[in-house]
Amino acid sequence: MQKKIIEIRWHGRGGQGAITAAKIVANAAFISGYSGVVMAPTFGTERRGAPVFTSLKISKQKIYDLSPIEKPDMIVVLDHLLLEEPGIVSGLKPGGLIIVNTPKPPTDYDYPGMKIATADVTSLAVQVGLKPGIVNTGIIGAFAKAAGLMDMETLSQAIKDEFKNRKPNRNAKAARLVFEKTVIGNGSEARP
Amino acid sequence: MHIIESGNVAAASGVKLARAQVIAAYPITPQTPLTEKLSEFVDAGEMQAEYIPVESEHSALAVCIAASSTGARAFTATSANGLLYMVEQVHWAAGARLPIVMCVVNRGIGAPWTVWNDHQDSISQRDAGWIQLYACDHQQIIDTVIQAFLLAETVSIPVMVCYDGYLLSHTYMPFDVPDPDKVDEFLPAFKPAYALDPKQPANLNTVTLPDIRPDVRGNLAPGYMEIRHNLHVDLRRAIDKVAEIDARFQKIFNRGGHPFIEPYCCEDADFIAVCLGSLSYQLRDVVDELREEGLKAGVAGLRLYRPFPEQAMVELLAKAKGVVVFEKALSYGNQGALFTDIKAALYPGPARPFVKNFILGLGGREIKTADLLKTFREACTQGPASIDTPQWIGLKL
Repeated sequence: MQKKIIEIRWHGRGGQGAITAAKIVANAAFISGYSGVVMAPTFGTERRGAPVFTSLKISKQKIYDLSPIEKPDMIVVLDHLLLEEPGIVSGLKPGGLIIVNTPKPPTDYDYPGMKIATADVTSLAVQVGLKPGIVNTGIIGAFAKAAGLMDMETLSQAIKDEFKNRKPNRNAKAARLVFEKTVIGNGSEARP
Repeated sequence: MHIIESGNVAAASGVKLARAQVIAAYPITPQTPLTEKLSEFVDAGEMQAEYIPVESEHSALAVCIAASSTGARAFTATSANGLLYMVEQVHWAAGARLPIVMCVVNRGIGAPWTVWNDHQDSISQRDAGWIQLYACDHQQIIDTVIQAFLLAETVSIPVMVCYDGYLLSHTYMPFDVPDPDKVDEFLPAFKPAYALDPKQPANLNTVTLPDIRPDVRGNLAPGYMEIRHNLHVDLRRAIDKVAEIDARFQKIFNRGGHPFIEPYCCEDADFIAVCLGSLSYQLRDVVDELREEGLKAGVAGLRLYRPFPEQAMVELLAKAKGVVVFEKALSYGNQGALFTDIKAALYPGPARPFVKNFILGLGGREIKTADLLKTFREACTQGPASIDTPQWIGLKL
């Protein structure tokens, strides 16, 4: 409503760690001065492998509205195949940003009026020594570069805090590498 | 220290800081992560408590009743059908005057099955003799859990701390975890007036006759009716204790100040929405919008539902033109329970605002802010209703 709330919807598959990724960003946002942070996972019955989403709202003021995001400013997609499912980008505001883990460049996507940021998070994460399929820390690098809301240093620390017993440095390194490799394009540059 | 965690973790952290000594609980969605967290705390040695796994909610509260009777600080938590399964013990705990604290993570009741949020579970227990407190966000969850132990032990009445399933239990937001030393200062160790001791066996709460009779020492003892009368009187007196404990909490932690009802823009309001739980915070955005439109609206979140703080309620509402009660529960065949309570409180007064009732969000039906805005605006501008029956929001017939 009147207060400015940045709404980010995270899409992944059950077990892929979209909630953890959103939680890391939530922590970094709070440290960066966003005192209003609300992260609401899909309510109810999650299953491994099934599409899930998580709503993250951040604001400089306390957030009172816990209802799900209808018109996100940004959409983060942990698995590019999800973009083939209906409704993934629904409600995205004009000029909105899609951040996706994909081996393909932005020019392969056609989202008129939107911005798209791509990175091959799956491969890059393996390069730094993470197990294949661990993408929820790497994707934060793409988020850092494309969203420009928080600096990589703060996000990196938030990753280390969350993964303090599970390869903190490699997970943070994955995010940094993805940050460097993320390509940002205009969503309507698709080849004919 | 601020952390970002779920509402269930906020509740578990409160129980840990309150140094509960016995925890018995049976998992049920959406309460499960709360009890899991507590079992992790106990397993890791972070809590000096006995975690007793049980086969049902009935046993969970029975264990807490036994533990509390021996003078231990006892905690349980449940939701929906789990609460209903323990109902016999719910009433027993109140009659036995045991200061147990229980979180009710609000969820709709089957049939048909639902795991999502409404308030029918805790509202169905409003007459059990427990104190009922409702939280609107994670800060209130952790703070209220800590306060609940002091309140329960001060008045020897069990306390339910109710918060919205999923909307709060599974949502992450920042909250301050109070300093443990300050919590110890606020909440001293439980010193019961009487504690069951194996060296001195006793019968507790045995059969009473309709009239009073001498006890084992030959003194006339209160009968059933006196014991129940005293429970009622002490519940009424607990209203002042709630305020005292809130003031004590505020002094130490610099939070609180609204022990009964948390108002927002109510001071000059012509129209006031009243409700329980996180919905009252969602309505704050609606109030902001209506104020921009020039409508003097406000919203009040009721924190203490039982005992009912009718004096505070009347003081808040008496000057308004209209009151709109939004409820996620219903006294089936009649109207929303809170609606009835508010009308009863206003009845003796000289000036009565009109009061309207809206039922919404049953079984987790999404409550859209736009729908709240439209409903609240129309309820205000259309004036008194010709009928007293509740209207429904978001119904898709």
